[in-house]
Amino acid sequence: MKKINPNINYENKVIEIKGLKKAFDDFEVLKGVDLNLYQGENLVVLGRSGTGKSVLIKIISGLLDPDEGMVRVLGQEVNKLKPKQLDQLRLKVGFSFQNSALYDSMTVYENLEFPLIRHAKDMSKGERDRRIHFILDGVGLLQAINQMPSELSGGQRKRIGIARTLILKPEIMLYDEPTAGLDPITCIEINALINDVQERFNTSAIIITHDLTCARSVGDRMVMLLEGQFQRQGTFEEVFNTDDERVKMFYDYNFVY
Amino acid sequence: MGLKDNKVDTERKRRYFVSRRVDRIFLELYKVYAFHVRFFKEVFVPPYELKEVVRQCYEVGVRSLPLISLTGFIIGIVFTNQSRPSLSEFGATSWLPSLVSIAIVRALAPLVTAIIAAGRVGSAIGAELGSMRVTEQIDAMEVSATNPFNFLVVTRVLATTLMVPALMIYTVFVSLMGAYLNVNQNELTSFTTYMTQVFEAITFLDIFSSIIKTFIFGFTIGMVGCYKGYYSSKGTEGVGKAANSSVVTAMFLVFIEELLSLQIINLFRAM
Repeated sequence: MKKINPNINYENKVIEIKGLKKAFDDFEVLKGVDLNLYQGENLVVLGRSGTGKSVLIKIISGLLDPDEGMVRVLGQEVNKLKPKQLDQLRLKVGFSFQNSALYDSMTVYENLEFPLIRHAKDMSKGERDRRIHFILDGVGLLQAINQMPSELSGGQRKRIGIARTLILKPEIMLYDEPTAGLDPITCIEINALINDVQERFNTSAIIITHDLTCARSVGDRMVMLLEGQFQRQGTFEEVFNTDDERVKMFYDYNFVY
Repeated sequence: MGLKDNKVDTERKRRYFVSRRVDRIFLELYKVYAFHVRFFKEVFVPPYELKEVVRQCYEVGVRSLPLISLTGFIIGIVFTNQSRPSLSEFGATSWLPSLVSIAIVRALAPLVTAIIAAGRVGSAIGAELGSMRVTEQIDAMEVSATNPFNFLVVTRVLATTLMVPALMIYTVFVSLMGAYLNVNQNELTSFTTYMTQVFEAITFLDIFSSIIKTFIFGFTIGMVGCYKGYYSSKGTEGVGKAANSSVVTAMFLVFIEELLSLQIINLFRAM
C-alpha cells in the first residue's frame, strides 16, 4: 500500500480533461470523461480491457484526436496546438508503451541517444554519454547498454522503455499497462521503479492498468472507467468499497480467484 | 425488421456519400495523394536525416549487389544465347552485340533492376515499417517529438530513388559482360570489337531515358513500400500483407510506368 504523498500540489492541475468523447465507427469508447491530474500525483486509471483506457492517454499525448471535449496538458489544449507546439509539449510528456516500443534496429544506447540527438542538439557527446549512463543506472540496467532489444527480457524492455522516456526529463509520465505480461516479482520491481521515478524526477503520472496490486502500490488516487465514463474515484479503499457488482467482480478477479 | 432497426439502417447509410466500399476507395486514393504531398513537403524541410539516408542507401544499394550481379550476368548470357538462332538464320550473328546492348540498355536492365528492387527492397521496407507500426515504434517516435515520416519514409524513398538508377547502370555492365562471355565463346569476337559495336548501337537517348525511368521506378518502389508499411493494419497478418502488397503493387506500377515511358520515348525518337 502506498503512503500518503505530501508532495502533491492540489492547486496545480497538470492535466485537465472535460467532457471527452471518442468513438470508433459505431462504437463509442469514451462517453464524456472528466479528469484532473495534479502536480506530483500518480493517478491510476483502472478498467477492463477495451474500455478506452489506452485511448485516453493516446488522446492526452496527441496520438488520437478527440471527437468532443477539452484536453488541457500543462495549460495547453492538445487538439488546438500546431504541430511544432505539439512537439514542444510532447517533450514534457513521457509515454511508456505497453510493449515498450523499443526501436528494434538500435542498441539500448542508441535507443536512448535517439531523442537526445534530435532534441538536445547543443549537448556534447560526453554529456550525452553521462546522461544515458545516469538514466540507465537509475533503472538498474547499465550492464545492458550495448545489447539489442531482442536480447532483453520483458521486464528489462519495460525498464529501458521507461528510461527512454525519462531521458528528456518529462514533467508528466503516461504508463500504458506497465506490468502487463510480467511475472509477480518483476511487477513489484516495475511498481517500485514507477514510485522511484515519481520521487527522483518529480513527475506526475497517469498509470493505465487492470492489475490491482500495481494500482495499490503506485497510485495516490484511482479512477475506474466503466462503460465509457469514470464511475468511481478516490483512494483504493474508496473505489472498491461499493456494492456495484461490476467493481466487485474486478476486485474479486484480482484478489480472490 | 422493426421500425427502429430501419431508422438505424437509414442513419448508417446516410453516413456514406455513395456506399461504404466506394467511399473507402476514394478515401484510399486521398490517403495516397496526401502521402505524396507530405513527402514532397518534408523532403526539403530540415531536419535532414543524412546519416539514415546513407544507411538506407547501403541497405538498398550495396546489399542488392550480389543478387543483381548474378541475375544480370545470367540474363546477359541467356538473352544472347536465345537471340543467336534467329539472327543466324539471316547470317547476321555479327549483329548480336548491337541487339543485346539495345535490349539490355533500353528494357532489360531497367526492368530487371526494378523487379529485383521491388522484391528485395520493397518487401523489406513494407515489412519493417509494418512491424514498427504494429509494435508501436512509430507512435513512440511521434510521442518523443520526432517526425517518424521524415525519419522513416523520406529517408527510404530517397535511398530507393537514388540507388535503383545506380543499380541499373551496374546491371547494364554485368549483363553486357555476360553477353560478351557468350559472344566471345561462340563468335570469337574480341573485347574491343564487342564494346565498339555495343557503343555504336546505343544512343544518348537510350541511356538518358533508362536513367530517368529508373529514378521513377525507384521512387515508386520506395513510396509503395513505405505507404503499405506505414499504414499497415495491426497484427502480424498486417505485416505480412504489407510486405506482400508492397511487392505486388510496386511491380504492377513499374510495368505500367514502363509501358507509358516506352510511348513517351518513342515520341522523342520520332522527332
